[in-house]
Amino acid sequence: MTNALAVTAPEGVPFIEFQREFDAPVATVFRAHKEPELIKQWLGPRGYDMDIERYDFRTGGGYRYIHRDDKGAEYAFNGVFHVVRDEEFAIQTFEFEGFPDVVAIESLRFVDLGNGRTRLEGHSVYPSIESRDGMVASDMESGMREGYERLEDVVSAL
Amino acid sequence: MDPSADDRLDRAFTALADPVRRRIIARLSRGPATVNELAEPFEISKQAVSKHIQVLEQAELVTRTRDAQRRPVHLNAARLEALTAWIDKYRLIHEQQFRRLDALLTTIDGPSDGPRTQEA
Repeated sequence: MTNALAVTAPEGVPFIEFQREFDAPVATVFRAHKEPELIKQWLGPRGYDMDIERYDFRTGGGYRYIHRDDKGAEYAFNGVFHVVRDEEFAIQTFEFEGFPDVVAIESLRFVDLGNGRTRLEGHSVYPSIESRDGMVASDMESGMREGYERLEDVVSAL
Repeated sequence: MDPSADDRLDRAFTALADPVRRRIIARLSRGPATVNELAEPFEISKQAVSKHIQVLEQAELVTRTRDAQRRPVHLNAARLEALTAWIDKYRLIHEQQFRRLDALLTTIDGPSDGPRTQEA
């Protein structure tokens, strides 16, 4: 049975929400969010190397990491962990350094469903609807790559 | 402002989450086919394939014409192409990411109380 990912982007507000269940206890899911060596193994687009400069998943902590594609292009992200309550809840900021000062606030709830199952509930707030759509698109594997390839085309045509 | 848009999207992505249904879609991208033709490459019953086609139909990814016995299945290419908005990319990338997390979660223990992390 596949655990379906539900994503919603309500009209008129710069939010994105997702829900996804996992066949693992909440302690395990939380651990996969806390330890940089584990984060590295799943976070980010497929096919990118992830270089974690720092990742301190606790209240008052922060992070910075860099995704590298197979051509060596780099995409850096940073933020702070405003609050982290073990196996329960976290709020962090999220900034793609390619779009500086456009900072999203993301909350993440770890819901213990019992029977060794967990639901993740994410809620992101962007500064504007435009920045939500733009940032999310640019955060995407194809979006990033195509965007930069297009930019290369434009620049080389100048 | 379409409240059902998310439901429709959910149905489409749930439909596409299954490897058999993705292969059916891939086959239909080369042209319409009957249930029998679609069932051929799979080691599952014709009934099971019919079920898969029903799911794809409900997701509006395929249509069936009332062609008496044959009732060939057609790909709804427009619907497939419509799944390329930013939110769908967001969904796809998160789905890929969460599947990696699924796989990782089967290899690690719960509380981080020691150096039990498996080496990558």
